[in-house]
Amino acid sequence: MAKEVNIKVEGKVIEPLPNAMFRVELDNGHVVLAHVSGKMRMHFIKILPGDKVTLELSPYDLTRGRITYRYK
Amino acid sequence: MIILKSKEEIEIMRKAGRVVSEVLDMAGDYIKPGITTAELDAFIEKEIIARNAIPGFKNYQGFPAASCLSINDEVVHGIPGERIISEGDIVSVDVGSIVEGFYGDSARTFSVGKISDEKQALMDNTRRSLMAGIDKARKGNKLGEVSAEIQKNAESEGYGVVRQLVGHGIGRNMHEEPQVPNFGSPDEGPTLKIGMVIAIEPMINMGTYQVKSMPDGWTIVTADGQPSAHFEHTIAITDGQPDILSLSEG
Repeated sequence: MAKEVNIKVEGKVIEPLPNAMFRVELDNGHVVLAHVSGKMRMHFIKILPGDKVTLELSPYDLTRGRITYRYK
Repeated sequence: MIILKSKEEIEIMRKAGRVVSEVLDMAGDYIKPGITTAELDAFIEKEIIARNAIPGFKNYQGFPAASCLSINDEVVHGIPGERIISEGDIVSVDVGSIVEGFYGDSARTFSVGKISDEKQALMDNTRRSLMAGIDKARKGNKLGEVSAEIQKNAESEGYGVVRQLVGHGIGRNMHEEPQVPNFGSPDEGPTLKIGMVIAIEPMINMGTYQVKSMPDGWTIVTADGQPSAHFEHTIAITDGQPDILSLSEG
């Protein structure tokens, strides 16, 4: 039985929200709610509106994601 | 963490793998046009139990049946039901067993009656990709070499390699570390060591690699509706040749 993995997609941050959450517009036009991965918080990687980011979506809830990379 | 298995544990896993392989042999003979997938699943469950094993998929994370039966454009995790298997279909049968606490896991795609040349070529390629991948599963190699070999084999003939689902380590749990993708670069992933047991399972699509989930929460279908094939073996990394555990006796 195959194992399901998180789907990696790219998008652009459109709005910062409280609790280190962000609204991110994906390249396909969908808008999802995303939090910042623990590893990125540990290294104080700041995210601002307009940044291009990589996020992981859960296969179960495609409206929420986890930001894992911020492009420079 | 990757759990290494002792020689004794691998022998138990060989028993679990043998059950799965023998049941797949039987299922291949049983499949014929006109039966429902629920009938095929009931037959598979009976055959697993007849070999003193426990069906590995039943109730696994809530999966309701002993086997995943995926027809044509269904990639994997098809739930057996009232769907009737017909002439010209390709049916992926994925079976798991538990023997003495260890899992065995293997899958094959079967043709029903006469199928199109395109479907036959897809099945042949998927089986070949699996065997090519297994051949790279040697100690000291990176896991990525297995992944890259499968991807190279499939994409050289223009097929799509599913990315959303991957193979997996296997042992006392069905899904253990590491993940075994069927795509990637040869320098990625952990280095293979003696005692690792992994399930390698290329899912190859005739068209795009993209897939979508159906509302039942399990069934994965190709995004473009074209057929998909799936072959899987459980293998152990040894001192020499890769050791395929999911084989029938003899």
